[in-house]
Amino acid sequence: MSLQQFINEAISPWMQENGPDSDIVLSSRIRLARNFEQVPFPILANQEDLDHILDFFQQEYGQQSFGNYHQFELVRMNELQSIQKRVLVEKHLISPHLVEHSNHGAALISKNEQVSVMVNEEDHIRIQLYFPGFQLEKALKQASEFDDWLEEKINYAFDEDRGYLTSCPTNVGTGMRASVMMHLPALVMTQQINRMIPAINQLGLVVRGIYGEGSEALGNIFQISNQITLGKSETDIVEDLKSVVQQLIEQERNARKRIMDQSGVQLEDKIFRSYGILSNSRIIESKEASKCLSDVRLGIDLGYIQHIPKTILNELMILTQPGFLQQYAQKNLSPEERDVRRASLIRERLKLENNL
Amino acid sequence: MECQECHQRPATLHFTQVINGHKKEVHVCEKCAYEQGYMSQNSESFSLPNLLSGLFNFDSYPMSQSKNQTSSYEAPPKLQCEKCGLTYDEFTKIGKFGCAKCYKTFGEKLNPIFRRVHSGNSVHDGKVPKRMGGDIHVRKQIEEQRQKLNHLIRSEEFEEAAKVRDQIRMLEKQMNSEQGDGDQ
Repeated sequence: MSLQQFINEAISPWMQENGPDSDIVLSSRIRLARNFEQVPFPILANQEDLDHILDFFQQEYGQQSFGNYHQFELVRMNELQSIQKRVLVEKHLISPHLVEHSNHGAALISKNEQVSVMVNEEDHIRIQLYFPGFQLEKALKQASEFDDWLEEKINYAFDEDRGYLTSCPTNVGTGMRASVMMHLPALVMTQQINRMIPAINQLGLVVRGIYGEGSEALGNIFQISNQITLGKSETDIVEDLKSVVQQLIEQERNARKRIMDQSGVQLEDKIFRSYGILSNSRIIESKEASKCLSDVRLGIDLGYIQHIPKTILNELMILTQPGFLQQYAQKNLSPEERDVRRASLIRERLKLENNL
Repeated sequence: MECQECHQRPATLHFTQVINGHKKEVHVCEKCAYEQGYMSQNSESFSLPNLLSGLFNFDSYPMSQSKNQTSSYEAPPKLQCEKCGLTYDEFTKIGKFGCAKCYKTFGEKLNPIFRRVHSGNSVHDGKVPKRMGGDIHVRKQIEEQRQKLNHLIRSEEFEEAAKVRDQIRMLEKQMNSEQGDGDQ
């Protein structure tokens, strides 16, 4: 398979589009947790019940279309190889939980991969809907419409006082988790982010690095989402998140401008050194790769680098994850082999741009 | 770099150990890290359910020092969901509900838990399913209007208040006629 072909398969079509504020907000997501009223939650349901749900989804929604989302395909976990599952996780189409815990799990995925419904994860139904850039309201509207579409045929577990009933008490109520993925290199460079995270946490929102373990944010990519799902309406939750994200965007833009004004050459040097590393290294660990990718992406946003498209950060962050590297290599790889493959994949990818 | 314990596999875990102020760099492979006790096998010991169940227990008996005391303090007869069989004790341990019915079974006991997890909230205030919602939609609307009415009365905007009152009456009529259909 050629690299270009591989990339086309690896990057969800919706990711290729640019959304509003996409210099800082990479994507917006709405997730809704829903359950069947009559069936125990996956944690306690018996196998027949779960299989029954899978069959129901296949029958009712397989190959169906809704609005802009066409040809839903039900992908069953037990029919995939482990690398294939890992690839779906790295594309954020399914969760690690679905892979680890469920022999009866599946995902109903639209052709453009903008909608993915996890079936028999922690809850029977987890609707996920993505938009490029900063488009939370649009994502909420469409997720809600999609939810209505599913509800035409499903009796949801719902209680007037408690709202949508979920397996975990942290999701009850709206069952909604709204989140944005943000690239915040300047706030990290100026260390402002360390002051901001605790403040954001106090507002009932959660900030975490999306790649990497614990609090470390590889590639300076952060995910910001709501913590509270009960007692606030979907619109209010999204409004609150939106206002914080807007402030973060502003702060990040100011910080970028300040760094450019105060130490433009140093910044330019840092960016081009990282570009040099990416285009020349023969061995590269994911940590270094993501740091350099973040620098290069910043260089593109600030106009220092002009011949590379913006989507490179998102794209290569995903492509250089272990699952994708191994799928591209068509075999299992040791960590050292991966570092070599990663370096060569990034070099090839950058070469594609230079040849244009 | 090779693993400093087995000298065979590459070291994939690197950390700094500080014991009594003595700093020591450790480079080991994953296998040795477990075997030599650098890492605990049970990586889920700090997982969400565990943290949650901590909250629940704290809640049921704030000063709890002995486990026995807690369980004797908790009300016998045992609370158990008739649909899925999950007991309240099990729920506090795993931090997950077994089915939709559990919510009704454990009822009021859940309020403090929800309030803790959701910044003081225990009642839903969002979307209602279209098809299943039935008259919940109307009732929610009435509730909203009533709050608005109270607010208007307090701020002495009586003209507005009268309008809202009429709206509430209309909604109530609408609901009663829907319910009444069966009786008449």
